[in-house]
Amino acid sequence: MTYRAQVLVGSAGEKAPAVEQALLGKIKELHLDQEIQVLEASTLGHPEQPVEIAVYPDGVHYVNVTPADAEVIVTEHLYKGRPVEPLRYREPQVEPLPAPSTKEVRVVLRNVGKIDPENIDDYIAEDGYQALAKVLTEMKPEEVIAEMKASGLRGRGGAGFPTWLKWQFARNSPGDEKYVVCNGDEGDPGAFMNRRVLEGDPHAVIEGMIIAAYVIGAHQGYFYVRAEYPIAIRTLRVAIKQAREYGLLGKDIFGSGFDFDLEVRMGAGAFVCGEETALMRSIEGERGMPTTRPPFPAVSGLWGKPTNINNVETYANVPQIIMRGGQWFASMGTEKSKGTKTFAIAGKVKRTGLIEVPLGITVREVVYDVGGGILDDKKFKAVQTGGPMGGCIPEQFLDLPVDYETLASVGSIMGSGGFVVMDEDTCMVDIARFFMEFVQDESCGKCTPCRVGTRRMLEILTDITEGRGQPGDIERLEKLGEYIKKGSLCGLGQGAPNPVLSTIKFFREEYEAHINDKKCPAKVCRALIEYTIEAEECIGCTRCARNCPVDAITGKAREPHVIDPTVCIRCGICQQVCPVGAVHVE
Amino acid sequence: MKSLAELQKIKERALQRKRLGGQNARARIIVGMGTCGIAAGARDTMTAILKELEQRHIEDVIVTQTGCIGLCEYEPIVQVQVGSEELVTYGKIDTARVPELITKHIQGGEPVAEWIVK
Repeated sequence: MTYRAQVLVGSAGEKAPAVEQALLGKIKELHLDQEIQVLEASTLGHPEQPVEIAVYPDGVHYVNVTPADAEVIVTEHLYKGRPVEPLRYREPQVEPLPAPSTKEVRVVLRNVGKIDPENIDDYIAEDGYQALAKVLTEMKPEEVIAEMKASGLRGRGGAGFPTWLKWQFARNSPGDEKYVVCNGDEGDPGAFMNRRVLEGDPHAVIEGMIIAAYVIGAHQGYFYVRAEYPIAIRTLRVAIKQAREYGLLGKDIFGSGFDFDLEVRMGAGAFVCGEETALMRSIEGERGMPTTRPPFPAVSGLWGKPTNINNVETYANVPQIIMRGGQWFASMGTEKSKGTKTFAIAGKVKRTGLIEVPLGITVREVVYDVGGGILDDKKFKAVQTGGPMGGCIPEQFLDLPVDYETLASVGSIMGSGGFVVMDEDTCMVDIARFFMEFVQDESCGKCTPCRVGTRRMLEILTDITEGRGQPGDIERLEKLGEYIKKGSLCGLGQGAPNPVLSTIKFFREEYEAHINDKKCPAKVCRALIEYTIEAEECIGCTRCARNCPVDAITGKAREPHVIDPTVCIRCGICQQVCPVGAVHVE
Repeated sequence: MKSLAELQKIKERALQRKRLGGQNARARIIVGMGTCGIAAGARDTMTAILKELEQRHIEDVIVTQTGCIGLCEYEPIVQVQVGSEELVTYGKIDTARVPELITKHIQGGEPVAEWIVK
């Protein structure tokens, strides 16, 4: 017998028999049993959404079918030939992605996403621990420092201090005991380059640390990783255990007589603990607050002993520099900024994510080539680099090279690698307020200018965005910013005003529009905008009125609607649902 | 680890293991298991792949994990390599897509073009 259609019933799920019974019952009732065949199948591909049925030859899938749904499917789809849209399963679509850029160069990330991070053999297969073997069996500490000097590697945590010099200071510091520390307290909003390295290639960081320990003469090291990175911590612990089993950590590594071991310490969520002196206090079990420098950690660090502290990315570069030579590393980058840098590109670009590019690449290349350009092809406005202590770089500097000195020269910083791209719809005052809120919250409170000053700056910025800005506010912000920079001990306070100062410098007219005209040019600040319906354009479909969460919209069907500005909360839903674009924002 | 020779031996062994032929494997499936991947459901995807292979009695496919490849927005990311062919990277592979992926690419040898991200 030939059938007109077949219905497959996936048997995954307890309710499958009941659904099948309902199907058969309804089919019989409508005398379709000679035309339609019901078949049992094991699974149709969506076992997590039982009961699934498929109708062929139409190729229509229904998921989460109940017996009642089954009857509807028979009457509507099989009897009347109309697929039941609400029950129908549709494949989620993947947006096409711009082609990957060839401007990426992977040094730090060479293994990340390629090897199994929980299998040390995978790392060894990619020449892992070869650099350590070379250092311990063939090189003197001075030779390692010379190679590091030739490489030109600078601290990747953001400050950019030459790594070789840091190592030399720690090596030359007298002390019976010394330590190496890895700073994995990555706290900038939207930045997760270090997490990626720790999770994807932990042994590269461990190898770099062992080499640093050998150079300065340390036998104990600490990983300081924030507790918000549980997977990175687990991966690291697995890696340390495997390295110990192979004797790459422990006593007499490579028969050289050199002993070294590592421990992981978790940060408890304070942003300021990424600052090196606060970080070391935190490891000691003290409250994480910065202390004055000098003395620098190289002289008096952890428990008062000479300590070398570098960032995750800095250590991850070391094995490559030893294996391929300082000259090779120095061949990438600019005169003063060598090698590559990882960045987290976020915001209004097509291709967000984590990248590694040679230093000296222009901002334009990062945004347009690597990032694929601005989302929806809107206009580029600025890029914020260096996290909450960085600044905003406007359009006129798109062709500036990304390196430590150039970014500083325009009021921003390299930082750990945050790269937030903003388009024309971003309000710069609102962005400055967001970052100020973050640093105000994270200030440890030790220095008064930072503790009180950031709060005052936040209050002024909030007033400006809420329509209470006054003439003189901009000057007050500038003055406060300078005081906070001068009067704070650590990088958090010294950098806290940067987002505000740089946006005032490059986007002063936006601040003025907020204060003087009570307008938000980017139409972001809710207190300064108003939604209106253009009577000429409104078709009276009532959709806006039905979707308004506060019932601020009135009007009869097929007649123009009106928004009551005293009730409206400026959520913008009416604009999103309007089919003819009659809702305008001013 | 007492000598360079010892390290070399481990490296040789690891390279041997990595070669598909070395373990009589015909294909390799790699699941991105960084924080981004796991947050997007990579653990469920991994479980679904293992279950699906077991149910279909496919034993010559290696399933491993790796870190983040940088396209966090497209997680869960699954990479498939059949024989000596090029590694194919798929995005947004949730559990619902696993059976089709295995049917078409592993069993049928044809990559699922519309899910490829690079």
